[in-house]
Amino acid sequence: MGEDIVISARNVSKHFISHTERATSLKERLISRRSSQTMFHALNNINLDIEKGSTVGLIGANGSGKSTTLKVLAGILRPTTGEVSSRGRIASLLELGAGFNSELTGRENVYLNASLLGLTRRETDGLFDQILDFSELAEFIDAPVKHYSSGMYVRLGFSVAVHVDPDILLVDEVLAVGDEHFSRKCLAKIAEFQDQGRTILFVSHGLDLIERICSRAVVLDHGNVKYDGDPYFATGELRKILGTDLPEEIQDETPEGSLIDFGAVTFSHQPGSEAIAEFKPGQPLSIRAELSITDYWAAKVDKIQAVVMGVGRMPVWAMALDRDQLPNGGGHWALDFVVPSCPRTGGRFVVSFLLLAGNGTPMAMHQTQHAFAVEPEPGHSVGLLSVDYQTASSQIVPA
Amino acid sequence: MALATSPDSRTRAQNRLRWELLAGLIRKDLKVKYQGSVLGFLWSLANPLLLLIVYTFVFQVVLKNNVPRFGYFLLSGLLIWNMFTGSVATATDAVVGNAGLVKKVRFPLGVLPLTSVGFHVVHFVLQLGVLLVVMLVTGYTAFIGWHLLLAIPAVAVALVLTTGLAFLVAALNVRYRDTKHIVEVVLMAGFWINPIVYSVSLVSAHLHGAMGVAYYLNPMAGVVVAMQRAIYAKDVGARSGNPVLADPGYLFYVERLALGGLVSALILLLGVYTYNRLSADFAEEL
Repeated sequence: MGEDIVISARNVSKHFISHTERATSLKERLISRRSSQTMFHALNNINLDIEKGSTVGLIGANGSGKSTTLKVLAGILRPTTGEVSSRGRIASLLELGAGFNSELTGRENVYLNASLLGLTRRETDGLFDQILDFSELAEFIDAPVKHYSSGMYVRLGFSVAVHVDPDILLVDEVLAVGDEHFSRKCLAKIAEFQDQGRTILFVSHGLDLIERICSRAVVLDHGNVKYDGDPYFATGELRKILGTDLPEEIQDETPEGSLIDFGAVTFSHQPGSEAIAEFKPGQPLSIRAELSITDYWAAKVDKIQAVVMGVGRMPVWAMALDRDQLPNGGGHWALDFVVPSCPRTGGRFVVSFLLLAGNGTPMAMHQTQHAFAVEPEPGHSVGLLSVDYQTASSQIVPA
Repeated sequence: MALATSPDSRTRAQNRLRWELLAGLIRKDLKVKYQGSVLGFLWSLANPLLLLIVYTFVFQVVLKNNVPRFGYFLLSGLLIWNMFTGSVATATDAVVGNAGLVKKVRFPLGVLPLTSVGFHVVHFVLQLGVLLVVMLVTGYTAFIGWHLLLAIPAVAVALVLTTGLAFLVAALNVRYRDTKHIVEVVLMAGFWINPIVYSVSLVSAHLHGAMGVAYYLNPMAGVVVAMQRAIYAKDVGARSGNPVLADPGYLFYVERLALGGLVSALILLLGVYTYNRLSADFAEEL
């Protein structure tokens, strides 16, 4: 394992014996010796190297193996085959619970949990006030946690996990439980961890969040790694698996087969020039999309829209090619959208193309598989829009 | 705030059994047990005193037992037996009962059965203290003397056996929930098999040659008679004429404890081996 790899999984598979078949008593074991065990393949040959300081999102449909992966990486589940190694203290918040004893008070559970994670009593003493402050549970800390609400439970669990000075933080869908105020605190804490070079792995169904805070995302599908890399495209991949990449209403309208087939999409300074991925504000941007289309469908297209989307798939601006600008017959088309000057606000953008029929119904949609970035101009990094404005100030009443 | 040093040492701190963790868990269990009770820990201390009164009444007043000062005789063997049986019974549930922790937190799992043992060792030590004080106060000073040192190897053997069985049953109960029921029955039988409520002389009269040795293959038999020699100590002789203690000397006990110690050590090895093998799958099986 290299110096900068903190968790490494090699050829990890995890198979479960289906629960209904498992013999839990001696009698069953003796009577039904390995009769018909059905295996559930939760993970198939997973290879992952998690680098120190990275924030990795694990995403996938329900039952795709996200939580199992997290548990295997945490060393709680043993892989059926393959190896997992890790370096440093691992704090984990798995499936909305932190391993609390419901009879004990919040305070006692903090000490218990910290000691399980390898802290001494004195170390915990030194951290206790910070943990309490962060959880905002001062008035309930001496009440048994069985009386806590699920939100309070998670607050305390998260607070312990982030204050025990973990090298690696594993979080399973926890931000969805706390209220907005607490979610923000968690995100701020995660940002702080990122600055401190700690490693974070988290499972979430909040794809916007994954795009926003992860440096890398892994898409799991039926226990296989489907994609591993840029969070933007990871979420795109997942949406394809989930079938949510197209707006709901056009799914049935999409022509059968590949009658409308998108090819490469390139970003460059001028139509046809060399492809680049990074732009500076004010530079020209040209987006070229290629597509193949049959005569039948070509005749039906009334308008082609290109929607440029930023963080969280938020549409930032849209451009349209009208009927009279489109070729008459089908075949292989090149569509050019030229922006004379990149926006000053900057950001990372993907483009989605929408083919619209005469009555406005969408016929097909395509989203780029790579992003282009615009470096924000100093002073314009906040906001979606940069407008022209004037400023003034005056002294109404002298001091 | 940065705490312990390098990531590697923290990996170790999270994976190795630490005394601090064990002590913390025992303290937690004690707290949970006495939560909400006014007298709290005093109940554990009162327990042997109540036993003393009840048994003395039943076996000396009602049943006219042959053993003089029967209460003291009984408690000499009973306290260590309770430590053993309590630990093993609690350990059966040590992993299953902490499913919430096992499934959610990575920590050295070996600490769970050890906590069960530690919990009962704390009680044993305190109850033994109470017994000795009561004996002293009531003027029964026979326990004072070199023979009291026999308690050290006896307790040591009991601890090795208890720990070994604790690991074994804790691990087995995760996979086979029958373990709990088997353990209950076996422990109950053990109470009557071992010479706790009756003098070993009643049994040893029937044990000749190899049988005499075989009897002490059960380590608790040696432990119980050695504790009786150490604490009840003075062989006043039963009223029937039979001796109450197994042997008036020391060597007899040392030999029996050595045999029991060997058996216990093997059980400890088996227990630790089984636990280590099965523990990797606890989170899955729970």
